[in-house]
Amino acid sequence: MKNEITRDVERVVLALDVNGEARQLLVAVHKTLLEVLREDLQLTGTKHGCELGECGTCTVLIDGRPELSCLSLPIQLQGRAITTVEGMASGSELHPLQTAFAELGAAQCGYCTPGILLSARALLEENARPSRDEIREALAGNLCRCTGYTKILQAIELAAERMR
Amino acid sequence: MKVVGKPLAKVDAAAKVTGRAIYADDMLPARTLHCRILRSPHPHARIVSIDTSAARRIPGVVAVITGSDLPVKFGILPVTQDERALEHEKVRYVGDPIAAVAATEEEIAAAACDAIAVEYEVLEPVMSIEAALAIPKDERIQDYGGPNNIHKFVSLEFGDVDGGFARADNVREDVFFFQGNTHLPMEQHSAVATYIDGRVTLWSSTQVVHYVHRALAKVLELPMNRIRVIGAAHGGGFGGKTDPFAHEIIVAKLAMLTGRPVKCTLTREEVFYAHRGRHPVLMWIKTGVTADGRISAMHFRSALDGGAYGSYGVASTFYTGALQTVTYDIPAYRFEGCRVFTNKPPCGPKRGHGTPQPRFALELHLEKLAHDLGLDPVELKRRNFVKPNTRTVNWLRVTSCGLEECTDRVIKASAFHQRKRFFGRGMGFAISSYLSGAGTAIYWNDMPHSEVQIKVDRGGVTAFCGAMDIGQGSDSVLATIVAEELGLQPADIRLVTADTDTTPIDLGSYSSRVTFMAGNAALEAARKMRALLVEAVAAKTGAEASAIDVSEARVGDCSFEEASVLAEARFGTLTTAGSYTPPKIAGPYKGSGVGPSPAYSYSACVVDLDADARTGLIHVNKIWIAHDVGRAINPLLVEGQVEGSVYMGLGEALMEEQVFRKGLHKWPSMLEYKSPTFLDMPEVETFIVETNDPEGPYGAKEAGQGPLLPVPPALCSAVYDALGVWIDEIPVSPEKVTEALRRKEKGEPPRYGPPRFPSIPYPEAIKVQPPPKDFDAAAATI
Repeated sequence: MKNEITRDVERVVLALDVNGEARQLLVAVHKTLLEVLREDLQLTGTKHGCELGECGTCTVLIDGRPELSCLSLPIQLQGRAITTVEGMASGSELHPLQTAFAELGAAQCGYCTPGILLSARALLEENARPSRDEIREALAGNLCRCTGYTKILQAIELAAERMR
Repeated sequence: MKVVGKPLAKVDAAAKVTGRAIYADDMLPARTLHCRILRSPHPHARIVSIDTSAARRIPGVVAVITGSDLPVKFGILPVTQDERALEHEKVRYVGDPIAAVAATEEEIAAAACDAIAVEYEVLEPVMSIEAALAIPKDERIQDYGGPNNIHKFVSLEFGDVDGGFARADNVREDVFFFQGNTHLPMEQHSAVATYIDGRVTLWSSTQVVHYVHRALAKVLELPMNRIRVIGAAHGGGFGGKTDPFAHEIIVAKLAMLTGRPVKCTLTREEVFYAHRGRHPVLMWIKTGVTADGRISAMHFRSALDGGAYGSYGVASTFYTGALQTVTYDIPAYRFEGCRVFTNKPPCGPKRGHGTPQPRFALELHLEKLAHDLGLDPVELKRRNFVKPNTRTVNWLRVTSCGLEECTDRVIKASAFHQRKRFFGRGMGFAISSYLSGAGTAIYWNDMPHSEVQIKVDRGGVTAFCGAMDIGQGSDSVLATIVAEELGLQPADIRLVTADTDTTPIDLGSYSSRVTFMAGNAALEAARKMRALLVEAVAAKTGAEASAIDVSEARVGDCSFEEASVLAEARFGTLTTAGSYTPPKIAGPYKGSGVGPSPAYSYSACVVDLDADARTGLIHVNKIWIAHDVGRAINPLLVEGQVEGSVYMGLGEALMEEQVFRKGLHKWPSMLEYKSPTFLDMPEVETFIVETNDPEGPYGAKEAGQGPLLPVPPALCSAVYDALGVWIDEIPVSPEKVTEALRRKEKGEPPRYGPPRFPSIPYPEAIKVQPPPKDFDAAAATI
C-alpha cells in the first residue's frame, strides 16, 4: 500500500471534553484520537504498542467505557467525555488503582500501565466486586510483557477492596 | 537491615502509574523532524541503484540519506562489525534498512520513502539451517565465515570424553529443536536526536546507553565526548534493545545534516524486523551414565539459525554450550556449536541469551534417561547436582548454589511425588541456572563494569550511575542500597542514571548484571560516604566512630542533614565513588570468556497441566517456581521478575514463534504473533530462596532471566506425564501433540520433533585440561 502525501487534507475544529476540560482544536480529519491526545494535546501518558488495535496499550475511556484510541476518530467524538491516565488522580491524590499498582509492583516498565489502569477503572465502576476471572476477562485485550499479569490482578483486587 | 529485604514500591512507581514517565516517543522538541526508513522488500538482493530524486522534491521533505552517507560498519561485538545503518550494496532480509527521510510530518516521510526508486538484482534466499549448510545457489549472505553460510564454529573438549562414555552403563542420544521467537516489548523502539553546537544528543529506548554511544562515535566518526546518549524511560526490552540499532544512528546523522531534532519510532511491523530475538536452535545431545545414575560424559551439539547479521551471535553460540555444567556435575564434556547466516532478521539475545534452548534439550534428555533407567527424574537430576564452591569441568566457578533448596521447595509445594496419575493430567519438573552478569565486557578492557558516584549536599543525596532501568527496577536497587548504608529511605535518594554525559559508566541492562555489579559499586560508594558522615559526627560530638549508629535519618546524635553539614565543613565537597570489576576467573582457553560470572542464580520449577488428547490443547493449571536470588534486596521486585520470567517462558513453550514463509515473516503483528493474555496465564506460586552469595551486594544475585529457563522443559515433561508422548520441539502447539499421539497409536516412536541432526563439519575440538579438583587451588592457578 502506497502512502499518500497529506498536506492539503481537510481540517476540522474539534470540541472534546478531555479529563473534564473543554478543549477546542483544529486537526486533520483522519487523525486518530491517539494522535490528537499525544501530539495535539501533549497528553503523552496514553501510549501505543501497535496502532492497529491489537495490544490494548492505547486504551482510554470514552463516556466511561474503555476504547482503543488508535482506532477512534475524534471527529466522531465531538462532545463526548474522554478520560486518559492524566485524568485518573484527583489533584495530587492518586486513584486507588494507581496506589495499588505502585504498592504491589504491578507496573514494571510501565508502558502498558495507563491502558490497563483505565480498563480496570471501567470494570470497577461497573462491578465493585469482580472475581479474578471477571478481571481476566475484562483485561484480556490489554497485553503486558513484563509482569506475567499476577501483580496486576492482585493490585486490581486490592484497589477494589479499598474502594468498596 | 532497614530497607534491604523490604517489599517497597519502586522509586519510579508514581511516575509509571500517572503517565508522567517520559518514554522516547513522548518527546517532541520544537521543530522536530520525523524520520521514516525505507526497508528491503526482498530477503536477499544486490542493490543496483537507488534514486531518491523524486522523494527529495516532495514538499516537506528536508533530508534523504542512503548508505553512502553512513558507510562505516558497526556491530555490537568487535569481531562482527558487519552492519550498516543503511545498506547500499546488498540487502540480506526483508526489513533491511536502505534509505531514510526526515520530513516535517511523519506521513510526508512515509510518502517520500515510497517515492524512492530502488533497483534490485534478486538473489536466492537462504531460509533454513540445512540450506545455510549447503553450497549457496547464488552467493553467500556475508563475505566472512564459511564454508557456505556458516558464520561461526566452536569446538571444545574438557576432560576424557571418550573414556567417560566407555565407563558408562547407559548411553542415550536425543535431538531437539527450539523455534525462534521475539521479545515483543510493548514499546516500539524510538530515538530522538539533536545536534547543537557541534554535539549530538540522543534519547533512546535502549538497554545499553554505553554501547550505543560507542557505535554512534564509530559510524558518525565523532569523538565520544561530542556525543551524549540518554536512556529515556524504557518500555520493555528483554534483550531486544541491547544492540545499537540503525534508527539510532540514522536520526543522529539526520540531526547533524538538518540542524533540527529528528525522531524515529519504529512501527510494530518494523519491531519484528529489528528483532535480535531468540535463535532457532537445533540440538543433539548424548550422555553416558553409570549404573548408579551418575553422569560420566556428555557431548552436546548445537546449530543456531542466526539470521542475516552477527549481532551477539558469537556469544550466543558459546552460550548454547556453556552453562550445562553449572547445574550438573559433568566430569567430561564435549561441545560443538555452529551458527549459520540466513536471510531473516538477525537473532541475538533474548532473556536467557543462548541458554533456554540447551536447557530445554538437557532437561528433557535427562528426563528420558531417567525413564530408560527406571529412575525418578527428580532423583536422577539430584544425584548429579553441582555442589557450592566448586569449579566445573569447563572452568566455571560456582560459589553459592541453592539447587537443592529450590528443588525441595517446588517438589514439596506441588506434591509432585504424591500426584494422582491419570491420562490427560500431568506434572513436569526442571531446573536451571543463569549468570549474575557476564564476567567479561563485550569489548576487551581492564576498566570497571559499573561505577557509582554519590553527592551529599545539605542533607540531599544524589546517586549517579550509568545503569539503565528497563522496568526491572535497577533504579530502585541503587536507591535501596544507598539508603540502607546512609540510614535513609529509598525515596530520599535522588537518582541520575543512564546518561553518558553526567553519569559514570555502567555497561547496561543485559546479562542480568545490574543488581550485582552496579549494586556492588553503589555499596562501595555509600559505605565511603557513611564513613565521612560518621567521622564528622564523631569529631563534633566526641563519640567513638564505631559506636555511631546510622539509621532512621540520623547519624549518631545528629540528624542526617546536620551530619552532612558537619562533614561538608570538615572535608569540603562531599562526593564518594565506588566501582565494580568482576573477578578474573575465566579458564585458560580460547572462548573461556563466555560463561564466567561472579555468581550463578538457580531455579527449579514444576508445571501442572491438563492436556486434551482429542484437540492437543494444553491448559496449564499452576506453576511452582523457586529461585535462588542470593538475597532479595526487594522481594516484591524479585517476585515480579520471577513471575514475568515464568510468563515469558510459558509463552515460548506454548505459542510464540518467529517464522517465515517464502522469505517473509509470517506474522509481523501482535494479533498474529501469539503471546499469552490475562486469560492464558495460570497461577504462579513463587518461592524466593536466599543463599547469601559471598560476593553479591548483601548477598544478592540475579532474578530477571534465570526463572524463564526451566519452564519450557518442565512443560514438555508434564505433557509426557499426561499423554505419554514427547514433544521435542518448542513451541508445543496442539498440532504437534495430536501428531505425536497419532504416531503413538500407529506404534511409531511416541514423539514429535526433529528426526535427525544434520552433518556439520565441526573443526577438531580444542582439548582443555579440566581444573584441579581442589577449588582454592583452581582459583589460584588463574
